[in-house]
Amino acid sequence: MKKALLGATLGALALSIAALPVHQAKADEIGACLVTKTDINPFFVKMKEGATAKAKELGINLSTYAGKIDGDHETQVQAIESCIASGAKGIMLTASDTKAIVPVVKKARDAGILVIALDTPLEPIDAADATFATDNFKAGELIGEWAKAKMGDKADEAKIAFLDLSASAPSVDVLRDQGFMKGFGIDIKDENKIGDEDDDRIVGHDVTSGNEEGGRKALENLLQRDSGINVVYTINEPAAAGAYEALKSFGMQDGVLIVSVDGGCPGVENVKDGVIGATSQQYPLLMASKGIEAIKAWADSGEKPKNSDGLNFVNTGVNLVTDQPVDGVESISVKEGLDRCWG
Amino acid sequence: MSDDTRTPRKQQEFEDTLGRSDKNVAAFTPHKRSFLQSAQHLLHGHPTMIPVIVLILSIIIFGALAGPKFFSPFNLSLIVQQVSIIGILAAAQSLVILTAGIDLSVGAIMVLMSVVMGQLAVSAGIPTPLAILIGFGGGALAGGMNGFLVTRIKLPPFIVTLGSWNIFFALNLWLSNAQSIRSQTLDEIAPLLKLFGETIAIGGARITYGSILMLAIFAVLWFMLNHTAWGRHVYAIGDDKESAELSGIRTNRTLISVYILAGVVCAIGGWASIGRVGSVSPQSFQEANLQSITAVVIGGISLFGGRGSIAGPLIGALIVGVFNSGLRMVGVDVLWQLFAIGWLTIIAVAIDQWIRKVSS
Repeated sequence: MKKALLGATLGALALSIAALPVHQAKADEIGACLVTKTDINPFFVKMKEGATAKAKELGINLSTYAGKIDGDHETQVQAIESCIASGAKGIMLTASDTKAIVPVVKKARDAGILVIALDTPLEPIDAADATFATDNFKAGELIGEWAKAKMGDKADEAKIAFLDLSASAPSVDVLRDQGFMKGFGIDIKDENKIGDEDDDRIVGHDVTSGNEEGGRKALENLLQRDSGINVVYTINEPAAAGAYEALKSFGMQDGVLIVSVDGGCPGVENVKDGVIGATSQQYPLLMASKGIEAIKAWADSGEKPKNSDGLNFVNTGVNLVTDQPVDGVESISVKEGLDRCWG
Repeated sequence: MSDDTRTPRKQQEFEDTLGRSDKNVAAFTPHKRSFLQSAQHLLHGHPTMIPVIVLILSIIIFGALAGPKFFSPFNLSLIVQQVSIIGILAAAQSLVILTAGIDLSVGAIMVLMSVVMGQLAVSAGIPTPLAILIGFGGGALAGGMNGFLVTRIKLPPFIVTLGSWNIFFALNLWLSNAQSIRSQTLDEIAPLLKLFGETIAIGGARITYGSILMLAIFAVLWFMLNHTAWGRHVYAIGDDKESAELSGIRTNRTLISVYILAGVVCAIGGWASIGRVGSVSPQSFQEANLQSITAVVIGGISLFGGRGSIAGPLIGALIVGVFNSGLRMVGVDVLWQLFAIGWLTIIAVAIDQWIRKVSS
């Protein structure tokens, strides 16, 4: 019995090794790698889809890697090392640790590989050859402006809850949060820091891990601090859905504005159903497909992508999605948002 | 008997020294215990006392710091609501830890089974009660797999569940496409899945069915562990597996049953989590396994098995909830909340070690 089991295990092991994808690119083929934070977030799932489709179209041999959870830096380092070893021409990366990844990125660039940061800029931003990203500050600003216009005269009496991502406050967290404040007309002081503001309209900040459970708990806690909250900023749409559940359990779902960022399909559905007032939609599929095109251009002619005007990255665009448009803030309808949503 | 036996006969010479010997009857050393030693003994017999004291103290302290709002029935019932899911997982975790094992996969089983229930009921259109039952079955299967690997293949529980954690997590992503099922969709198609989010209002307090479910699970497990032969076997195995086996307990059978039961409890937790979160969320509760271990440890169950009361983890989960709620109300940063819970865990294990050193 034992021997049989052992044999079976070894057999399975041998099979799985044989089945492992081989990353050695053929001489005439352009190799590229996509390294994302996780496979969990539909955002990255969509990014992978976009990259895979474009790579197939252009005849590029794409390998994909992902960290186990958000913040899994080690796996990303290993992934980049494997890419260098495989002789790939380009790497697209959404870094979990935007500073610590820099040395291994430099190693890749020294080996003649084009490194493109997708969605999340490295620190410093020029550590990568190019960055294809949503302007997250702008995304925050749009929902801030919308919320302010929506409240009209009452904006002075707003009581705002901020549902952020995590205690380590990665750059996307800071950019969206501070962008919202600027859009709403709050003095943000240091734009690299959450929590140094002294505007009375801020009830408080709490973290959500970007999921429903965290969103619900965070808003419950902030409501315990001040039950008069009437505007809720959320880092993403799952957190917004959780926040809505909290409002429902407090019997407050009707009088409170929830705004969010992402533009995932369930999120836009929630805009349609009135759970979320407005959300800023970003386009991960576009980031990845443009990234693949850039790698192709680099391999063919040695040309690097150019930044958008006035920015130090390539802006892949952001749109405000709402069915309650306000004067002075450009937006697209929920219908259009649903056509372009990801996930 | 003749009278002359009463008159003492003349002692032989070598017996002279006897008079100088200790005339006390053999007894345990009667030395006095210091206060600390008495405390150590008391706690050895009642390992749940420390968490109870900590819970009461922390409620008093945070109440004083955060003001009357903290004591409001609404807030206290909210804390219970917030810890209910971790509490249910902690109940499952305790079963395994009592056998001197550990289960890193509890959170993954829970989320996976909530996704199974959700996908079956919503996407596959299976009647909701049946979907829930299949979820329970899945929990039993997942737990059974852990138990089989631990007992039959004789792998350490830590490694088995480390592996199965990843396996269940991967299955979760595959089944759900990493996509939540929205609250509104559930309301439309499978409202039964959200049952445990329903609340009963008693005065200012909002008791959710989920909170009641958590208490019920602890009550049932308490009965099973303390008043059935199975329960005594679980403790015996945790204390010393070999002697348990020598005394006729079918240890492997009992162990597998423990893992299966833990899996089912996790699946029940999965159902309850849908009510709590409002949607079927494959991304929530990623650290639930570690939080459940924290609750168990703070609740005074020994990681070395065989000692501790099932009531402990309930108290442990509540302590964590009170700390989080209290610290947030006072306005303490999230990172200092983590800091506080971290120390609490370490101190709890240190106390456990100290109690274990109790002699005689």
